[in-house]
Amino acid sequence: MKCVTARSLDLTFQTNDGPVHALKDVNLEIGKGEFVSFIGPSGCGKTTFLRCIAGLEQPTGGEISVNGMTPDAARKARAYGYVFQAAGLYPWRTIGGNIKLPLEIMGFSKAEQNARVTRVLELVDLAGFEKKFPWQLSGGMQQRASIARALAFDADILLMDEPFGALDEIVRDHLNEQLLALWARTEKTIGFVTHSIPEAVYLSTKIVVMSPRPGRITDVIDSPLPKERPLDIRDSPEFIEIAHRVRDGLRAGHIDE
Amino acid sequence: MKGSVGPVLAILAVLVAVWYAAAVPMNVKEVLTQAERDGAVIEPGSAAERRDVGRWALVFSNVENLGATWSSERSRLPAPHQVVAELWKSTWVEETTGRRGIVRSGSLSNRSLVYHGGVTLGATALGFVIGALAGVLLAVGIVYSRVMDMSVMPWAIISQTIPIVALAPMIIVVLYSIGLPGLFAKAVISAYLSFFPVVVGMVKGLRAPDHMQLDLMRTYSASKSDTFWKLRLPASVPYLFASLKIGIAASLVGAIVGELPVQRGGLGARMLGGSYYGQTEQIWAALFVAALMAAFLVWFIGWLERRTLRAMGVQA
Ligand SMILES: Nc1ncnc2c1ncn2[C@@H]1O[C@H](COP(=O)(O)OP(=O)(O)O)[C@@H](O)[C@H]1O
Ligand SMILES: [Mg+2]
Repeated sequence: MKCVTARSLDLTFQTNDGPVHALKDVNLEIGKGEFVSFIGPSGCGKTTFLRCIAGLEQPTGGEISVNGMTPDAARKARAYGYVFQAAGLYPWRTIGGNIKLPLEIMGFSKAEQNARVTRVLELVDLAGFEKKFPWQLSGGMQQRASIARALAFDADILLMDEPFGALDEIVRDHLNEQLLALWARTEKTIGFVTHSIPEAVYLSTKIVVMSPRPGRITDVIDSPLPKERPLDIRDSPEFIEIAHRVRDGLRAGHIDE
Repeated sequence: MKGSVGPVLAILAVLVAVWYAAAVPMNVKEVLTQAERDGAVIEPGSAAERRDVGRWALVFSNVENLGATWSSERSRLPAPHQVVAELWKSTWVEETTGRRGIVRSGSLSNRSLVYHGGVTLGATALGFVIGALAGVLLAVGIVYSRVMDMSVMPWAIISQTIPIVALAPMIIVVLYSIGLPGLFAKAVISAYLSFFPVVVGMVKGLRAPDHMQLDLMRTYSASKSDTFWKLRLPASVPYLFASLKIGIAASLVGAIVGELPVQRGGLGARMLGGSYYGQTEQIWAALFVAALMAAFLVWFIGWLERRTLRAMGVQA
């Protein structure tokens, strides 16, 4: 079954400087369990597309369905967890309290909440940090906590908008490795926005290359890399070849202008 | 904290010195008149002539007769030690040895600043509670209702441009004529002054969560009340305390202003009473009690703030 299906999706923002075509004729299918990266220059509509999947934006044309439902219905059915660029943990809640936030809103019992906090903190390697406050954690740990928060209510789609964009290279490598491990363990479907070619190639089973004005998809690359990916896979010829193709796709998008 | 004690004391010393210096020319005319009566030779020789001479000139031409400017009974500007003495007299001495004091009569003396301070404190507290609650409720309305956003804020601003001294007597008369007790009238004036900073601060605080935080709540399909209780309200707490500090000081001013027209006790009554009877020491003593009370109230809110924020886990 397809997890996300977009057919000739359009989204035009009406602004004071005239219409902005954030998405134009976007067609994409994401299968269950895939790890899909969206890559492209700023303003090409990556965030907008992710927000359409999550039902945070209303498309102005075309169709989009999530798990066979409208994005709104899918959201109410707790189909996805969303991870933003900033961890956005509430400073007045402990890490455990932050993870409980969606659980409280969704009405899980106290015992269930506690069990889930323990479980997802283990998933992101933060066991024992439940009682700490966000300021006591490093940026990378905070972002892991925010991923745990998105995982807590068993959404099977994880939407991540440049989640590691604000972190330094070393922390980022580490988190990428952990994210892959987590994906393998949980079999989630992941939509992941990034600016970084190596990150996109390293993580994804499918890479969606986009270009701006109007925001559109210029290439979709299915990665031949194996599911098992040590960090040094990035030096392999296959890896470099895909990275080349992504770079070419990005460049082609620019020449069009 | 420790490092700031030195500078604070230095500034205090300067203020006290300026005060003593100012007391000399302020009180010189009355003191010279008294000295003349007691047989001293004053330059120029009659009160009528002295009226047209500058205070400083009088000070310099009568240096040897200035002794009483810091101890005169009826000074225009009493010296600091006279005010301190009056403070002592109208608190401790009055209550412990006065006929109507608590020691001898079992209840606080209506001539003591402890009693009058208590009266004002009660009105301040009641008015502050009313004002803060009204401020928070209005802010919630403004944030959640477009109509209230458009309509309430302009009126709230206009309400603060009317001089409270002009408004207070009317509020008192109206509330008194419908049979409400004086405490309530004072509390209303006090609330009238304190709700405004609370509205402004709370509106800002409730709107503090950014787009991302609100979007996060949307991804959980959170209800409006969840968003309010779990996001907007906790995010507004620091803003709330900042405006409560301003609000409680405004409440105290309101209570005092409300006590001016009605001579029924309170620090405001003591201040106005003092000016009727030329009791400047009484005015200053009441002023000092008011200032100390304001400092205490603001400190108290700050203490609550620190405790609350610490309980909320915010880094000290
Ligand atoms: N709410 C909005 N109102 C108007 N224009 C918007 C809005 N959100 C995004 N845009 C515009 O849509 C385009 C795509 O934005 P976005 O999806 O954020 O790009 P990306 O995430 O790829 O950098 C940009 O030109 C941006 O200015
Ligand atoms: Mg973006």
